[in-house]
Amino acid sequence: MAVSKDDHGPLWRRRTSKGDFAAWLAWLIGAAVVAVCFSLISDKTIWEFVWSAPREAADLGSRMIPPDWSYSTQLWRPLWDTFNIATLGTAIALIISVPVAFCAARNTTPSTSVVRPIALFVIAASRSINSLIWALLLVVIVGPGVFAGVLAIAFRSIGFCGKLLYEAIEEIDVPPVEAVTATGASSGQVLTYGVAPQIMPAFAGISVFRWDINIRESTILGLVGAGGIGLQLSASINNLDWSRVAVILIAILATVIVSEWLSAKIRGALT
Amino acid sequence: MPTLTLSHLTKRYPTGDLALDDVSLEVPEGQVMALIGPSGAGKSTLIRCVNRLVEPTSGSVLVGDRNVTEMGSGKLRRMRRRMGMIFQEYALVERLTVMENVLSGRLGYVGFWASWFRRFPREDISTAFTLLERVGLAGMEDKRADALSGGQRQRVGIARALIQNPDLLLVDEPTASLDPKTSRQIMRLIAELCTERGLTAVVNIHDVPLARLFAERVVGLQAGGVVYDGPPNGLTPDALTQIYGEEDWNATTGKGDAEGSAPEDGP
Repeated sequence: MAVSKDDHGPLWRRRTSKGDFAAWLAWLIGAAVVAVCFSLISDKTIWEFVWSAPREAADLGSRMIPPDWSYSTQLWRPLWDTFNIATLGTAIALIISVPVAFCAARNTTPSTSVVRPIALFVIAASRSINSLIWALLLVVIVGPGVFAGVLAIAFRSIGFCGKLLYEAIEEIDVPPVEAVTATGASSGQVLTYGVAPQIMPAFAGISVFRWDINIRESTILGLVGAGGIGLQLSASINNLDWSRVAVILIAILATVIVSEWLSAKIRGALT
Repeated sequence: MPTLTLSHLTKRYPTGDLALDDVSLEVPEGQVMALIGPSGAGKSTLIRCVNRLVEPTSGSVLVGDRNVTEMGSGKLRRMRRRMGMIFQEYALVERLTVMENVLSGRLGYVGFWASWFRRFPREDISTAFTLLERVGLAGMEDKRADALSGGQRQRVGIARALIQNPDLLLVDEPTASLDPKTSRQIMRLIAELCTERGLTAVVNIHDVPLARLFAERVVGLQAGGVVYDGPPNGLTPDALTQIYGEEDWNATTGKGDAEGSAPEDGP
């Protein structure tokens, strides 16, 4: 903010002249970076492929139509597996993330110098690895199938739920916790009476939100052999059986819509 | 033997602020002592040093003949059971019911799993009902705390402190977030309960007229030190100036007494 004076009284402008110049310079540098990046991308792109994209897309689309509807009867089982992978994975993640979150939250951790960094590392490690990569690793370790999928979803979700939960724990009101402490309650009782009721709404919201995400994530785990409808999808793509691929994509879309509707309902009921 | 003895109690916060500066006080059994002083004088810190929600830097706190400042965590927990505390913003667990909030006063006597499953002893539950009736909340036990008004919430807070069956009551600004009428009702209730049960109480209070009405003794804190210690009627304008600083005390206090003795319209 710049205030100066002339004959008519004080003058106010948003920035000083120096500030104005700095702002313009920042815009100029930004534009230059975009231009350079574009030319780099352009050099490494084979534009003929891009120009032919609409034709290729139309070609692929025509092979998908009509979808092989008779195939849909074979999809109930893998869809059910997908649903179970998401639900069990979320449940396991929640059970593990609760203690991790209490260890990670500044106000409930048993030790800021040892336990908290470990808990934060667990959260970061779990979050930094995508569930598809978890699945790749787990298929090698526990073998292909639904179990690997459940674990992959769980491992990825621990960090997500743990992070949101420990942030909720750090935001609670202090006075009720002090009041419960002042009665001579043990630390476990302070957690269950003073802290837990305050984070219940956040906990419920996080669970439903993550379950909803996990339904979507578990549809692709089959691509690496970790069970669910992705298994059928990858098989059909490998066989270039595009009319079946179309049916699977429609089934996945329907599942996701149903899960979003369900989680919206549950969240609505919670608030 | 006094119920509460503070000797050379000092608290310096990590930020460097000296909240309590060598405070020594004795509160005899059955006395209701008001602690007055401007914001930041150290009233809350003093009360929290007694049950060690705040750790004193030096000095000692004796409840009866037992030194609270030297206790390990197990002993401190058992000691806290004997000290009831009432808070400024009620400090109820909002999402729990009135009954759960009141019974949380017994947590020190109940095991973890019993409290998890809300299995409190029979006598605790009947005491809770008696107390709820005494504080004027009969029939409210199943309401959630966040459904109550300010005055009702503070009544729950009072019941939670009393179900501990304490020797000493620590009361931190019980009326700070209440309207003038409710403030008087709540202070009267606390004073009555102290008389009924012969409780010793330390009451932090902003409101000088209220302190005059309900306390037997007033202690004035100023910048962490005791600057007044005497009966309520000794709070002359000079004494108030010493505690709070310059102000036309004759014009702004004294009216409160008449207001405070107005008939109560029930809870």
